[in-house]
Amino acid sequence: MKILVPVKRVIDYNVKPRVKSDGSGIDLANVKMSMNPFDEIAVEEAIRLKEAGKAEEIIAVSVGPAKAQETLRTALAMGADRAILIETDDAVEPLAVAKILKAIADEEQPGLILLGKQAIDDDCNQTGQMLAALMGRPQGTFANTVEVDGDHVVVKREVDGGLETVKLSLPAIVTTDLRLNQPRYASLPNIMKAKKKPLDVKSPSDFAVDTAPRLTTTNVSEPPVRQAGEKVADVDALVAKIKALGIA
Amino acid sequence: MKTLVWVEHDNNGVKDATLAAVTAAGKLGEVHLLVAGANCAAVADEAAAIAGVGKVHLADDAAYENALAENIAPLVADLMGHHDAFICPATTTGKNIAPRVAALLDVMQISDILSVEGNNSFTRPIYAGNAIATVTSADPKLVITVRGTAFDKAQTSGGSGVVEAVSGPADAGLSSFVSAEIAKSERPELTSAKVIVSGGRALKDAATFQEVIIPLADKLGAGVGASRAAVDAGYVPNDYQVGQTGKIVAPEVYIAIGISGAIQHLAGMKDSKVIIAINKDEDAPIFQIADIGLVADLFKAVPELVEKL
Repeated sequence: MKILVPVKRVIDYNVKPRVKSDGSGIDLANVKMSMNPFDEIAVEEAIRLKEAGKAEEIIAVSVGPAKAQETLRTALAMGADRAILIETDDAVEPLAVAKILKAIADEEQPGLILLGKQAIDDDCNQTGQMLAALMGRPQGTFANTVEVDGDHVVVKREVDGGLETVKLSLPAIVTTDLRLNQPRYASLPNIMKAKKKPLDVKSPSDFAVDTAPRLTTTNVSEPPVRQAGEKVADVDALVAKIKALGIA
Repeated sequence: MKTLVWVEHDNNGVKDATLAAVTAAGKLGEVHLLVAGANCAAVADEAAAIAGVGKVHLADDAAYENALAENIAPLVADLMGHHDAFICPATTTGKNIAPRVAALLDVMQISDILSVEGNNSFTRPIYAGNAIATVTSADPKLVITVRGTAFDKAQTSGGSGVVEAVSGPADAGLSSFVSAEIAKSERPELTSAKVIVSGGRALKDAATFQEVIIPLADKLGAGVGASRAAVDAGYVPNDYQVGQTGKIVAPEVYIAIGISGAIQHLAGMKDSKVIIAINKDEDAPIFQIADIGLVADLFKAVPELVEKL
């Protein structure tokens, strides 16, 4: 089977985002960008399934600006076979991304679609579930373990109370949580090889998807700043403070 | 506006997370609830007593027992024919179901709202809570998840909701529940605990985490949390994780022990009323937001603290 892995180019995990002073958004000029960490986990899981003989081909796909080609090359260097960029400079909301992904899935007919549970920029946590709804297929969100077996996939999910296991018929959509795997680093030879792997560039209009936003962001502001308090000298002083709080 | 609130429950009782969502819904208009499950009539009765509740829709069917999104979403989409907003607590159940509903209705979900600014305007955190966005929806219906720590809990009594049985589509046959490993604990749940004691990577291993953190938590009647690093290292299970992608908590007192304070962790706890940090690195970022800090070796300081409290 084929595995489709949608990936997103986002601000690097280690960069502290700065709010623009005019309240129009986050300043991303000259900021390091990387693949969304949850998507890296999705790419890694797809590669492991291929290595285990459960999949034949991995297609990475991204909806974003021309520079998202770098993100796709990272996926190719990790081990994806080919890539598709749906190029747009507009911010595309999860619902429209899901519609584009559905159109690609209709063409490619993947047995499994693996994607990150949320992007660390908009923190929406929607795309996988929306894609599953549009395709009328089952969803295994927040995956901790993924086992493909014949015509179904068993997904152990990270839920508020602990873990929950569900069995889904394929094709299915699975979204990754943090502990599904530890993504590999691409080796230099693989980075070189990735440059020669196929990368198609398309546009949202190729899929007749309306990407006009449904939500308007009217303002982006800093959260209330928390001031550092005081440092106490020793445990006795801390005990006094805790007792003063009335919790002991 | 007529809202439909997802009642979080375990087929026996209403979970606390529901109550903040009810408060958020009340700011938009009339509050109706949906109790979907199996043999869950008692949950509907309990839900009907929540203050401010109008109608309680009870969908009692084996297909809804484990809240599989594939079965729940079409049921909600049907009920949304006569409601204007579907509102879920931002729990793992809510986050699983709501976007599936939104896509069926062709609307863009608004995730994790912090406040209601108007009929179709809300604030929500982005970039791990490093920025707050004000968003306005142009969709004809709203689908919203609610951050539990951002709204007061509705009272669990005083309401006089009317329970009405509803039925929806049969089992979609796409997915099935296999099993759950749900930790049973006498401790308060993280999202409703008044005091939380949380441990980080510095705790070394699972046994040390238990030895150091648990006695302090016991002493304070606290819930126990952890940083991602501690969970990844296997000291404690995933449901302990506090942070951007784990649980969002805002207790009266949060005690961070051996946690350096990565922005992803701060995103999950910085709305706590009082933050206490114990860390041997005086430059650890956690001290920049802590109200009370102690620079010390936690392996000496925490046992001493337990003894003296």
